[in-house]
Amino acid sequence: MMQDASVGFAEVPWRAVIRVGLIGAAVAIFLCLVGIVPVFHARPLIKDVISLGQTAIVLALLWTGLMAARTSEVRGRLTVLPGALAGSIAGAGLTALVILGELINVRAAFLNASPALYEILTFGNGLAGSWIAIVIGAVLGAAGSVGAKLPIASRRPLTTFVLTLLLAGLFAGILRTAMLSTPLAGLGRLLFAPLGLTIVGAIVTVVLFVGGGELLFYTRVRDRVKAMAPAQQRLVTWPLLAMAAIAVLVLPQALGPFVAQVVALVALYVLMGLGLNITLGLAGLLDLGFVAFFAVGAYTVGLLTSTAEFGLADWPFWAAIPFAVLFAMVFGAILGLPILGIRGDYLAIATLGFGEIIRILAGSDVLKPWLGGPRGILNIPKPIDVEPTHFLAGPAQIYYIAIACAVLIAFVAWRLRGSRIGRAWLSIREDEDVAEALGVNLVQTKILAYVLGAGFAGLGGGIFSSLVGSIFSSSIQLFVSINVVAIVVVGGMGSIPGAVLGAIFLIGVPELFREFSEYRFLFYGAALILMMLYRPEGLMPTRFAAREVHLESSELGADTVVAAPTESS
Amino acid sequence: MYARVIERIMDGAIAGVLWGFRIGVVLLVVVGSALTIGSGRHSAETWLALVVSGVVVGSIYALIALGYTMVYGILRLINFAHGEIFMAGTFGGYFVATLLAGIGFLNLNPLTSIISVVVMLAGAMVVSVTLALLVERIAYRPLRNAPRLVPLISAIGASFFLQYMFRGFFGPGIYAYPTVSILDAQVPLGLEGFRMKWIDVLVIVSALVMMAGLFFFTQRTRAGTAIRAVSEDKATAALMGIDVNRAIVMTFAIGAAMAGAAGVLYGLIFRQVYFFTGFVPGIKAFTAAVLGGIGNIPGAMLGGIFLGQVEGVGPTLFLSGLGVPSPNQLRDVIAFTMLVLVLIFRPSGILGERVAHRA
Repeated sequence: MMQDASVGFAEVPWRAVIRVGLIGAAVAIFLCLVGIVPVFHARPLIKDVISLGQTAIVLALLWTGLMAARTSEVRGRLTVLPGALAGSIAGAGLTALVILGELINVRAAFLNASPALYEILTFGNGLAGSWIAIVIGAVLGAAGSVGAKLPIASRRPLTTFVLTLLLAGLFAGILRTAMLSTPLAGLGRLLFAPLGLTIVGAIVTVVLFVGGGELLFYTRVRDRVKAMAPAQQRLVTWPLLAMAAIAVLVLPQALGPFVAQVVALVALYVLMGLGLNITLGLAGLLDLGFVAFFAVGAYTVGLLTSTAEFGLADWPFWAAIPFAVLFAMVFGAILGLPILGIRGDYLAIATLGFGEIIRILAGSDVLKPWLGGPRGILNIPKPIDVEPTHFLAGPAQIYYIAIACAVLIAFVAWRLRGSRIGRAWLSIREDEDVAEALGVNLVQTKILAYVLGAGFAGLGGGIFSSLVGSIFSSSIQLFVSINVVAIVVVGGMGSIPGAVLGAIFLIGVPELFREFSEYRFLFYGAALILMMLYRPEGLMPTRFAAREVHLESSELGADTVVAAPTESS
Repeated sequence: MYARVIERIMDGAIAGVLWGFRIGVVLLVVVGSALTIGSGRHSAETWLALVVSGVVVGSIYALIALGYTMVYGILRLINFAHGEIFMAGTFGGYFVATLLAGIGFLNLNPLTSIISVVVMLAGAMVVSVTLALLVERIAYRPLRNAPRLVPLISAIGASFFLQYMFRGFFGPGIYAYPTVSILDAQVPLGLEGFRMKWIDVLVIVSALVMMAGLFFFTQRTRAGTAIRAVSEDKATAALMGIDVNRAIVMTFAIGAAMAGAAGVLYGLIFRQVYFFTGFVPGIKAFTAAVLGGIGNIPGAMLGGIFLGQVEGVGPTLFLSGLGVPSPNQLRDVIAFTMLVLVLIFRPSGILGERVAHRA
């Protein structure tokens, strides 16, 4: 046994381990300086135990240990020591940061290198406590390396454990508010603090979720359901679907006005995500100018319905919205016709240019007499306003309208995919030249996808303007386009549940945590890169897309390199 | 039968819209210019000033455009994050300059000022190159054989990540660039109505020097030849014993160094930097690269200067005569319209080969 260990000791690639440790240190220092640690420290995950900021560092150190264990895999032995070493190197990075901060004024450049940050890193002990990070790093690194060695059966509940704790901690405040108005108020207070879980809550959540999840896993409920006869399966799935539908319907009522506003926004982005899903997911046209048609829709509804200065017609919302869609489609056709001959990545830039043109024009003095410039159009009425009772006033109605539209779009997209035109889109996405050779009219097929996407963007814009009640040129931002693209990509191109999931993660979660909204786009960027690196087919890909992506990167990948000569000569 | 008729009609519509576009733009330019010149509202001095500033800004675009062009040439990738590499250079130069200003070196005498500017340029290049190589390693290299949209989306992600990383580091505020007093002095040209500051001279000269250096590097040195070979054909280049990876990394490094230098020059002219600084110049530099012909190094220079002229002189020349209020607000509209027009009508650019319509 001893002998084995010493052989293993020599075989460990210590250089690689040290490299992993240094990368871990860089990540940890990055998390500190970019502000994630100090800003998220204000929010407890478990009250009085650990904050979100600390969690970020803990996760970074665990990851370091895990990676160290993976790089130093020597016949399945001796991974704790490398893990601990890498972890302590990463921790030493933090120690170095503290010492450096004591010696020179790092804050002159990096705003987050503040005394508050050093206090978090040293647990309030100042320079004397700077060594603590190394010890914690070693312990967590070792823990991470153990995690890497665990058999699958025990690794899975651990991941669930971490995820559950994170989610429960994040949503504790919202759950608490929701429970306080019900008979469950006492339970709510017991489990959740205003921010983060209580200790009791943490234990209960973990036991409930991990235990319940394991129970489901070990009793193989899923397999049993799958093994049932179709008729019996329906008995299980239909009630579940019905429950989900009811949950979707009562959601804004149950969770209070703030959350209702957020879910309305999420529903709106689901709608737009589904719209772009046709352009990007089916036809493969990367449209970064989605906001242009969003703007057309929003301003059309604004102009036609507003009762304030720039309003033209005082129409009700329902009369205006078809025109919003129509104008957006006309715009889509006019803009799309000339540019759709352009190849994929050039198209992205050209559409980006369109988005910017529309944004600048909307805010410029040229169109100010009609669109109000930065002052915008005010007093856009809500779609449903029943005079005496104000039934369904507020964002809840937008939520329902957006959901209804989203269902409609999902249906259209689903029916289109199997149709002749849908298959033409898919073929264009695969290979334009081959599609053309097979008799697909490229420009016309593309324009259909583009115009449909534009119409849905216009619909989204119209609904948005009545959700907010006004439309300013500052609402027309590149971010709208990027949001929608990110939703589609992260969710999975062409996938309908993917768009829903993407909107919840990318719009809903950041909206709920307003205090971290500055970091939203940092996470977006990271999510887009990570998605492309590890899961280019998205979180919930269609079966088709998943197969295709893996095919292309594994087998066809080699061919594309060889094919390059003909392409560039 | 009907499908055919509809197809014919659609084709006709497309051609119609395209011709409408052409005629509209030409009409706008001709009528607008004629009216503006006819009105005689602007003196020759104003025009000269606009032209000079156009050349200066255009030189900066050209420097950034080189990075786009070279990376596109070698990887067929629009490096969306290149604007942020430029922004990083601007920040790098800012911190070096503040440091030098803090110890009183920056404006001590002309010699120290010149040394300071050189140090700023070097510092910015180091920052930009480091960042660009990191981005290449993390976000692009693993995706080299993936379908084309995949690295493009990764690049968009990298662009956002870098922007908000800088926002996290340095906050959302706008930093005012330190002044280098000798650069703000007028050049004693002795020409009536023609004024130039030393900073303008610095920008134009350094752009020219860097372009010439780059041209020499790619045409005359072994490493440059390797880069050209790889951008011509990766597989064959590899067979000839060229380290493809090294060539690609070098391309990114050179592009980033140029962008970093451009960042300092930009900061010295516009006197400010914040996390979003890179976005608009980045897109415009891409426009310049497309204008000149993507993949073409002299084309980038030409495209940059041309774009600088169009957006420097354009708003006043084309729009003020038509009675458009505050035409300078629409400078970016003109630039982006240029981009779209070039993509539609001459995607190969002024000097480039025809690439854009190929799948």
